[in-house]
Amino acid sequence: MLRKLFKFHGGVKPQTNKTQSTTEPIASVPLPDRLVIPLHQAVGGHPRPLVQPGDHVLKGQRIGGADGNLSSAVHASTSGIVRDVAQAVMPHTSGLTTLSVIIEPDGEDRWCELEKVNYRSTPPDELRDFLRDAGVVGLGGAVFPSYAKLKPGKEGKLKTLVINGAECEPFITCDDMLMRERASDMLKGIVAMRYMLQAEEVLIGIEDNKPEAVASVQAAIKASGETGIEAVAIPTRYPAGGAKQLIRVLTGIEVPHGRRSTDFGVQCFNVGTAFSIFEALEHGRPLISRLVTVAGNVTAPRNYDVLIGTPMDHLVRLAGPRPDTDRYIMGGPMMGVRMPGFDVPVVKATNCVLVGSATMFPAPPPEMPCIRCGECAKACPADLAPFEMYWFSRSKNFGKAQEYHLFDCIECGCCSFVCPSHIPLVDYFRFSKSEIWSREREKESADGARDRFEFKNFRQEREKQEKAEKLAAKAAATREKVATEGAATPAAADGEAAPKPKPSGDDAKRALIEAAMEKARQQKAQVAPKNTDHLAPDVEADIAAIDARRNAAPARAADTPDA
Amino acid sequence: MNNSPFVRKAASVQSVMLQVLLALVPAIAAYVWFFGAGILVQLAIASAAALAGEAAMLAIRGKPKALFLTDLSAVVTAWLIALTFPPIAPWWLTVTGTLLAVVVVKQLYGGLGQNPFNPAMAAFCLMIVAYPALMSQWPAAGQLDFKTQLDLIFGGLRQVDAITGATPLDALRTALRSAANPDSQLHGLRTSQLMDGPAFGLLGGKGSEWIALGYLVGGLWLIRQRIITWHIPAAFCGALFASALLLWGMRPDAFASPLFHLASGGAMLGAFFILTDPVSGATTPRGKLLFAAGAAIFTYVIRSFGAFPDGVAFATLLMNILVPLIDMKTQAPVFGHKKD
Repeated sequence: MLRKLFKFHGGVKPQTNKTQSTTEPIASVPLPDRLVIPLHQAVGGHPRPLVQPGDHVLKGQRIGGADGNLSSAVHASTSGIVRDVAQAVMPHTSGLTTLSVIIEPDGEDRWCELEKVNYRSTPPDELRDFLRDAGVVGLGGAVFPSYAKLKPGKEGKLKTLVINGAECEPFITCDDMLMRERASDMLKGIVAMRYMLQAEEVLIGIEDNKPEAVASVQAAIKASGETGIEAVAIPTRYPAGGAKQLIRVLTGIEVPHGRRSTDFGVQCFNVGTAFSIFEALEHGRPLISRLVTVAGNVTAPRNYDVLIGTPMDHLVRLAGPRPDTDRYIMGGPMMGVRMPGFDVPVVKATNCVLVGSATMFPAPPPEMPCIRCGECAKACPADLAPFEMYWFSRSKNFGKAQEYHLFDCIECGCCSFVCPSHIPLVDYFRFSKSEIWSREREKESADGARDRFEFKNFRQEREKQEKAEKLAAKAAATREKVATEGAATPAAADGEAAPKPKPSGDDAKRALIEAAMEKARQQKAQVAPKNTDHLAPDVEADIAAIDARRNAAPARAADTPDA
Repeated sequence: MNNSPFVRKAASVQSVMLQVLLALVPAIAAYVWFFGAGILVQLAIASAAALAGEAAMLAIRGKPKALFLTDLSAVVTAWLIALTFPPIAPWWLTVTGTLLAVVVVKQLYGGLGQNPFNPAMAAFCLMIVAYPALMSQWPAAGQLDFKTQLDLIFGGLRQVDAITGATPLDALRTALRSAANPDSQLHGLRTSQLMDGPAFGLLGGKGSEWIALGYLVGGLWLIRQRIITWHIPAAFCGALFASALLLWGMRPDAFASPLFHLASGGAMLGAFFILTDPVSGATTPRGKLLFAAGAAIFTYVIRSFGAFPDGVAFATLLMNILVPLIDMKTQAPVFGHKKD
């Protein structure tokens, strides 16, 4: 029964604060007056709106269609009238807006007609399309479209399917409560996933501070009679719930940055995602709600089943926020993001609304210089040397920062957590990453411009040459004509000798140069891997916010007269 | 800007430095026990000079004074200087050394965290080059009462040559060289016979070996507190032991034993308190091993073949120079890129 577990390097043990929100069962939330449903909630393309203001929608009706080869649909969370399709503030620190569908519920909460599939007999390809249209995305926080991950690797099958119930972030207990209350349905979702992935074994990793969840899942497995599925209690150590860390703990495999885990015969899904997959396949219900923990500075921390689009303050009111509340954090205290206001909507990525105050999360003591004590390196679960990356980030030596594997950083916050000098290390790394992203995009557009310029040069050169050749041919024809007409004036033909066509050596040279340039371009592309592909909405918002600031900066500088 | 994490461990530079100071207490206690309370005066002088120098430099550099004076890093430097200088050094020698360390070696390079050299060891090297005689006069255990020590520290006549001798390291090296000389009275005597004098104890110098034990105890506590890791002390002691064993094994009549080397001079202080300074030392696990082993070999060579009473200070500075290179070349593979 005892499985060999592996360790990941580093990690920290912050106070878990989980017991407060698990005393009561999952509760439902009364319908709010207004639902704000952002269309772009998942990694990948922006879904296009399928409804217009004034339309009546039913619960579960698609309002945003998947767009492009990596995208996920969005649905109305309840029945009602579409009041607007407009920009609304998204749940991100930047306060940026995103195209959202605003629905006024009619109170009937009437479902549209739901399609169902038999997931035991339908081919996996059709199931994937079905899940894409059901808007199922990873609910662990990464919101990656699940259908895109439900493909086995090249071999057509998978060794291990890892289900992530570790939930290592302090305060958050939505996965815990899901496993306690809905284990058997979740398990059916897991069985469907195992079928789609042709996985040999399934390991459900749960931190050992959740014995009730472990017992509940084990009981559900036993009751289902399924074999090859095991619920494994793993040591409680943040960030054991990071996908890579959990895969490491359960299988010993380390999936490097930028590689697919299926290449290593393993794939990882959150327990909440498994439940959503069950809901979609079994009942045809798209992803329109999720479990959200409301915790922190509230009198009654608890988990709620929340419709996507519900304003956070509507939800938090139920848990009794204390008067000194000054912020909502989406997520936990280690990786969560501070919300720009209280009325931003709950989205698919919202696992927790952590209510905070200045006394609960005090500002850090003043930042001191780095003393290279190496605590951050000891705590880093990605085996990085944060203090070196900090040094390079500070001096804006981004190339060096990348050499020290900046993009392997998962921003778990362990380094900032332990730093005796109170340096906000993760902020420095986020800054460096966004600078690099922005430069890459600038370079991309510059590359595009250069390519166009080079092509123009090439075209002009070619046209010139064609013209010259044409002239030469004409001249030759004339010469021939003259020659055939009479040999009386041979000297004249010599005198107006046609411009010689360029020697063919020139063409070869140009081909060589172009080949070399192409090679250099490819090499450059290899050296600097693109970090700008497939970003989560919050990361894109980060970049947009920084771009906006950057664009504003020169304008400000111009406004200000010389000091 | 997003500023997670919103929670932090209760750790600070101040608490790190405070624990280092606490770890020095056992050795200081042994020091007082065997050599008298003069060392406490030296510790006080050095601390005062360090804080004054730091405060002045912070004022000039426009840095927050309260924040940096209370981080205790200057006090750690001061204590290390007091503990490595002779306990009867005149007050101005201690003050000059401390100011050099804090003002020049630390603050002029950018203050806390920025100094490429270990401030205490740089000060020691500068002073021993500038004042070789004053820096080489060490009283024997129990030789001087407190009043005499105060007289020596705060001026008056310095007839020190009459009352003090060299360190045990120095004494044994000189004796071994004499023993190798056919004209000397000591010719032909064995190491154990040379160490029969009142200056020597069980393993090293009389009294000073107990101070070394104090450093060992404090250092082990620092490892337990996770302030330092085992790498540097283990590699330093191991490499020093191995170097000494090699030559002593070949010619026991001409070289001191490995245990003598470990118990004498600044070996234990260096292993647990000097080389483990994170700012000027190597930071990667493999780098720490290389760094400390290199320092041990330099220490042994300087002790055995050089003219200075000890080699730890020079060895530390030599290895400090190599730290950027060592760190760069010993970065551990990151997650997913390991060979196993």
